[in-house]
Amino acid sequence: MKALGVTLLLIACACPAGATVFEPREWSDERHRQRYHDLIEELRCLVCQNQSIADSDAELAADLRRIVFEMIEGGESDEAITAYMTERYGDFVLYRPPLTPFTVALWAGPALFALIGGTMLAVTLRRRRSREDAGTLSAADRQRAERLIAGED
Amino acid sequence: MKTRHLVPLLVFAALAVLLGMGLDLNPRIVPSPLVGNSAPEFSLPRLEDPARRFERSDLLGRVSLLNVWATWCVGCRDEHPLLVDLARSGTVSIFGINYKDQYRPALDWLRRYGNPYVTSGYDAEGLAGIDFGVYGLPETFVIDPQGNIVYKHVGPLDPAVLEEHILPIVRSFEGASG
Repeated sequence: MKALGVTLLLIACACPAGATVFEPREWSDERHRQRYHDLIEELRCLVCQNQSIADSDAELAADLRRIVFEMIEGGESDEAITAYMTERYGDFVLYRPPLTPFTVALWAGPALFALIGGTMLAVTLRRRRSREDAGTLSAADRQRAERLIAGED
Repeated sequence: MKTRHLVPLLVFAALAVLLGMGLDLNPRIVPSPLVGNSAPEFSLPRLEDPARRFERSDLLGRVSLLNVWATWCVGCRDEHPLLVDLARSGTVSIFGINYKDQYRPALDWLRRYGNPYVTSGYDAEGLAGIDFGVYGLPETFVIDPQGNIVYKHVGPLDPAVLEEHILPIVRSFEGASG
């Protein structure tokens, strides 16, 4: 039990995820801060691919955060910032890539699998129900069966 | 009835093939939207002579390689002898972008291991690197005489990549001009 505790502690120490890097920023407008945080959560870090640039400690992520900060303070729109990123790194940087022939599987996949799973569930349930219906005995059959078991015939 | 029992097996086989193909992909290679497009504008001080600048226009007129490197990058050290040999053979002009590095160590590095670059731009802030969509060093771009990026390789170059991907492109432009 103690060993488990130690292991969990070690795992906790090994994952700095979520510990967003502290970077003091001077905002001219409180709304800019909100946009900044929303944007950096939506942009994927290319170095640590399973982290957003908000979570990543990679130097490139820090540079990109600074660029987002400067572009927001420079009056750029969210669309302009997203375009800046995709021009350089492709749709890959977006955690929500646009729907293109290339990403159709990504967008339609979950719905497709839910549909397949749902159909299988419905078919199984219906089949089970019809089997149960077939198994119920009429009162006369039950009496006859009981007689047979009791060995009257 | 019999064919029904084959369904799970077929699903498994299909999945195995799909996942097997997935193992062969390298998720670190992100297709660059820049390939096929014009190389971004940049202007950097030259590492060897900071008073002069290295700009996009320096790449025009001939096919060239643009190699992004740094002294802190282990892969750059690996591929370096290959670049030195390539430069010595005179096959293609190699330009460098020294990405987020320190000035002195970068110069020492070139002195110690050889300098294959016509020139290297000193990109201390990494902004030119970002314009080129650099995310993992070393990266090598093949740039045509008009300044378009025709190919990009992420990671250390090796003889196979050079022979199969990069040199054929270089030769195709030599044929066109000569």
